[in-house]
Amino acid sequence: MIVVEDLHKHFGGFHAVDGASLEIRKGSITGLIGPNGAGKTTLFNVIAGRLPPTSGRVLMDGEDITGLTPHELFHKGLLRTFQIAHEFGSMTVRENLMMVPARQHGETLWNTWFRRGAIAAQERALAKKADEVLEFLTISHLANQKASQISGGQKKLLELGRTMMVEAKIVFLDEVGAGVNRTLLNTIGDAIVRLNKERGYTFCVIEHDMDFIGRLCDPVIVMAEGKVLAQGSAAHIMENEAVIEAYLGRGLKNKTKAGATA
Amino acid sequence: MVDFLNAIVALLNYVIVPATSYGAQLALGALGVTLIYGILRFSNFAHGDTMAFGTAITILVTWLFQSWGIGFGPLPTALLALPFGIAVTALLLLGTDRMVYRFYRRQKAAPVILVIVSMGVMFIMNGLVRFVIGVQEQNFADGARFVITATQFRNLTGLDEGLAVRTSTVITVVTAVIVVAALFWFLNKTRSGKSMRAFSDNEDLALLSGINPERVVMITWLLVAALATTAGVLYGLDKSFKPFTYYQLLLPIFASAVVGGLGNPVGAILGGFVVAFSEVTFTYAWKKVLTYLLPASLAPDSLVQLLSTDYKFAVSFAILVVVLLFKPTGLLKGKSV
Repeated sequence: MIVVEDLHKHFGGFHAVDGASLEIRKGSITGLIGPNGAGKTTLFNVIAGRLPPTSGRVLMDGEDITGLTPHELFHKGLLRTFQIAHEFGSMTVRENLMMVPARQHGETLWNTWFRRGAIAAQERALAKKADEVLEFLTISHLANQKASQISGGQKKLLELGRTMMVEAKIVFLDEVGAGVNRTLLNTIGDAIVRLNKERGYTFCVIEHDMDFIGRLCDPVIVMAEGKVLAQGSAAHIMENEAVIEAYLGRGLKNKTKAGATA
Repeated sequence: MVDFLNAIVALLNYVIVPATSYGAQLALGALGVTLIYGILRFSNFAHGDTMAFGTAITILVTWLFQSWGIGFGPLPTALLALPFGIAVTALLLLGTDRMVYRFYRRQKAAPVILVIVSMGVMFIMNGLVRFVIGVQEQNFADGARFVITATQFRNLTGLDEGLAVRTSTVITVVTAVIVVAALFWFLNKTRSGKSMRAFSDNEDLALLSGINPERVVMITWLLVAALATTAGVLYGLDKSFKPFTYYQLLLPIFASAVVGGLGNPVGAILGGFVVAFSEVTFTYAWKKVLTYLLPASLAPDSLVQLLSTDYKFAVSFAILVVVLLFKPTGLLKGKSV
């Protein structure tokens, strides 16, 4: 689905992504973990077209998508969410969702004035769809609230909801669980699994909550210092010595192992 | 009692009516500046000259209509020519965007670079306007000059003071109300308008949606062309057209937009009136009004003018500085890049 080949992203002398190569298989929920500063979010930003890579390629279904704008990638079905949830603050939650689909009738000035009926019909259909999405995410009661006023966790759900307004192929979720309480996190996890099973969405998830990763993701890719360190099933990864070392440093390794077996 | 009425009428005639008219013109200008700031994220120094260009084209079309004997009854012919002025200005702005701004947008240039770029555009437009219509002052208002003259008002009410209402004032206020209502309807109710607001709220997210950024930019320039040309023509009808004056208008217009909160359309309107009313009240000679209101013993000898009219731009500056000191995001919350 997505193949990343020897990707580099340098900020001056700092190599945020330093020769990462990885593959995200179609239909998978791939986890991307690693200590802070490992380059996960930078990798996302490069894949999703927010930052141009210094070198390397990104392929989607065999097609080179390196350097395409986020907008062009959106049309190819590649969507993402942000670590700190983004929203259109001056609009209601429902309006936020209704903004997502592309090529709406109301987008041209001509239609705005001369095809009011067609626009109204489409808006009704979109509002209905938005309400279904909100129900799926169990936040129907927020539909008419200003998006700037809902909680951080609810914003995360709203971001996930945005990906459900269109037929996405692959969705990159950046710390979908950050600042989200347990119950909400389970709701998000269930939503991800359902989208994966029912709609065939492929996911790539950055997350620090290892329970969440363990429950959802297979395979899991570990990054450290801008490189891919290890790859495999969640259980396999947690056994991997290099990974534990990257997270906890050398000295703590034995202690953790002792703790894990006890 | 009669003195009190006379004072009120004098105040209306010399302060409130002119300031309302000027405020509406500034508000329309500031709306253009604020839209560009909110969506394209730079302060457009070429705005004053965009107004001048739109007005110059409108004047040329007005002359053409006049030569054909087409008039608009008691209303100025320039109102008929306005749509043509807007159309040509829109073409100029879209052309400028295609040739200049788009390049820097693709480079993801910093706002400060775009500001400098817009200064370059300003100088070119500056020259273009002078090339098209010359540097002289042009009066292009025709039709009826007054809705009610001072003499008519005096005869009607029997007061000593007259209240003259000029056609241009009424046209300015009515047009401004219509334009602002249409703009807010557009921004709040239509999908295109919502796309613009979304872009202004959060550009990153807007780019990740089905919002076509180039279309949002195009619609922004079209709206800016309409707002700038309308503001320029209304100002020209009210006073007169002179390219240099329009260039100078940049200061009060930016003051209005910043005072109200850059990027906030409601703020731009509020700012326009705040700046206009302050300019007029600070530069008006209050002797007449005070003489009516105060007992004879206290009547002022001097003009009671706080500042000479030469200093009116200083008033804009002073308000700008005071607001930035105490409320950096403007009276209504704007945004800062």
